[in-house]
Amino acid sequence: MREAGPEPGERVVVAMSGGVDSSVVAALLHERGCEVVGITLSLWEDPDPDGPDGGCCTPSDILDARRVCRDLDVPHYLLNYRDPFREAVIEPFVAAYARGETPNPCVNCNDHLKFDRLVQRTRELGARWLATGHYARLHRDEDGTPRLLAGVDRGKDQSYFLGGTPPSSLAMLCMPLGGLTKAQVRDEAERLAVRTRHKPDSQDICFIPDGDVAGFVARHGGAGDPGAIVDEDGRELGRHGGVHSFTVGQRKGIGVASAEPLYVRRIDAARARLVVATADRLSATEVEVGDWSWLRRPLPDEQLTLKVRYRGTGSAVASVDDTPDGLLIHLAAPARSVAPGQAAVLYAGDEVLGGGTIAPVRTR
Amino acid sequence: MSRIYMDHNATTPVDPAVLRAMWPLYEESWGNPSSIHWAGREPAGKIDDARAAVASLIGAKPRDLFFTSGGTEADNTALMGVLLARKDAGRHIVTSAIEHKAILDMATYLEDLHGAEVTRLSVDGQGRHDLDELRAALRDDTVLVSVMLANNELGNLNDIAAIAAIAHERGALVHCDAVNALGKVPIDVAALGVDLLSISAHKICGPKGCGALWVKRKTPFEPYIRGGGQERGRRCGTYNAAGIVGFGKAAELAAERLASGWEDEVAALRDRLEAGIRERLDGVRVNGDPEHRLPNTTNLSFLHVDGEALVLNLDLRGIAISTGSACTSGSLDPSHVLVGLGLTDEWLAAAIRFSLGTSNDAAQIDQVVDAVVEEVEKLRALTA
Repeated sequence: MREAGPEPGERVVVAMSGGVDSSVVAALLHERGCEVVGITLSLWEDPDPDGPDGGCCTPSDILDARRVCRDLDVPHYLLNYRDPFREAVIEPFVAAYARGETPNPCVNCNDHLKFDRLVQRTRELGARWLATGHYARLHRDEDGTPRLLAGVDRGKDQSYFLGGTPPSSLAMLCMPLGGLTKAQVRDEAERLAVRTRHKPDSQDICFIPDGDVAGFVARHGGAGDPGAIVDEDGRELGRHGGVHSFTVGQRKGIGVASAEPLYVRRIDAARARLVVATADRLSATEVEVGDWSWLRRPLPDEQLTLKVRYRGTGSAVASVDDTPDGLLIHLAAPARSVAPGQAAVLYAGDEVLGGGTIAPVRTR
Repeated sequence: MSRIYMDHNATTPVDPAVLRAMWPLYEESWGNPSSIHWAGREPAGKIDDARAAVASLIGAKPRDLFFTSGGTEADNTALMGVLLARKDAGRHIVTSAIEHKAILDMATYLEDLHGAEVTRLSVDGQGRHDLDELRAALRDDTVLVSVMLANNELGNLNDIAAIAAIAHERGALVHCDAVNALGKVPIDVAALGVDLLSISAHKICGPKGCGALWVKRKTPFEPYIRGGGQERGRRCGTYNAAGIVGFGKAAELAAERLASGWEDEVAALRDRLEAGIRERLDGVRVNGDPEHRLPNTTNLSFLHVDGEALVLNLDLRGIAISTGSACTSGSLDPSHVLVGLGLTDEWLAAAIRFSLGTSNDAAQIDQVVDAVVEEVEKLRALTA
């Protein structure tokens, strides 16, 4: 296997958020002698002009991306994807919270915008490669088949967000930072005098820079009705202001006094009920996953791990069954906080084998 | 990489003679033109000359024209100035669905803030207005009709004289945004029969940041920008002396070009471009009214091609054209003008505008034809 990427002289589109990572990608490929074309997507504009100006793809980030390209003397384009972003990311995000799920907007943005529309635009621009600042590695078999691997910086690895990427798109992608640590990327930024080198890292959810997810969902029409907080036997323990403020596995903000800490075990949006339980009841040994796509089928006896959230190491997998809608994954040991709507990604060692979306828990 | 600029409706290269005329206003005659002493007299005199040159380009008297920061301010001021001055007569404004945003957004603002009612006339598939629709739209309380002389995206020329006659019959004043027509076709305010007319310097090889509004004598007009009484109180603020002088020089040069048959020359280049492309490619549609349009503009849709992709590919080859208006800072939005024409999505997404100017020649036209044909064929091969 070898690392995938453009040769000197080849045209490469660099997806630029305005942050230090994608800026370094552009500078590295430019240094390599590639014909770099920078593209920034205009995805979201907070309706409030005095709204938060952090995160990514805000007006000041767009300006940064443009200035980095000007420093390199390469073209930069701003493409307006605000309508598709609202349809493919914001609306499903709000609707999922309203259903009591915990959606992963980065996965939707990758699947529907970066690795769909932008890949198409890259082809149209006659470029063989689309480079991004993701911390993940893309290698290629002798026959050209792309292999997606976790980034070497375990603290920054973003392969979890890429599990659902179609192989046809992966074949065009190049992620030059996957083999570097964040510290090395900062060093490269210094060496290349990238003007964004002192910017802080961006937030988890770019369109909610203040981190108030429940407030965002409520402002966009996803607020749930107030309802009961119940234990697993249905006994009412208290009241909540709407299920959109909660996620499975959450402890903070439940507001019910109890001898042992209580966690959200299940969200029943239809009845506006929050089912809470003690820590020992939170675990699941089976994870049902929909919208599954394989990058590579596992080999017989290959040891697999499953990641059900961005942070965390993953759980050992005992076996995997196909279902009509996706997969039923049996874990070797119980995993905590399996939140419907989050991505589920299967790994064999460092390699990503495929990804999907954790299905809603059927009411038993 | 050789560079070709074919987006003159967005802006034009500044003529070196214009720049030479402007330079002394920074280096020598830097005084405040409103000052009574020697430092003010020199720039004031040059502004007088410039005002005469600009007025002459539209057949107007110099005293009826005041300078603004550009076409947008002239358009904004015209709408607000007439609405506020005639608020006792009514609050109804008639405009067109395919005006420039400087008119449309101001009209919406006046609706929201000043109780205006706005009728936006529709256009047919070629971007033409129906005068009967205008007649039906006019009311007793209609204070202003605002329709552009030439559409910036299509190049369409409107029959402003007919529109003005109909509007005046019903007691409405008439404003005309002539920003994209200036210097490309002869303009005479008296022949057009309008009451207010907006123009801008940077569309005729002048500097950015300078425009003008012509207001016919005795037209009710409420000033918008207030302050030190410049422009007889109609537009206050220290004179942009260099910009105005540059506008004057650009107007002189534009008048010379029009007098020497430039219209026909540029139309021949435009026709050569259009014919060259259509000879070699199927699925090409001319948007707009080919019978009544600016001599320098053609708006073409290429079936099965994304206009944005075509524009970016041509830019990567050094050729500057656009999908439409350049006013949204590098980002590409669907054009309200083409939407107004009722284009179906396949033609809408595939539209690009070529607008020729003084910097173009026949060799460039042939290069652009070759490049467009090549890029369109490449893009069509991807979707085939």
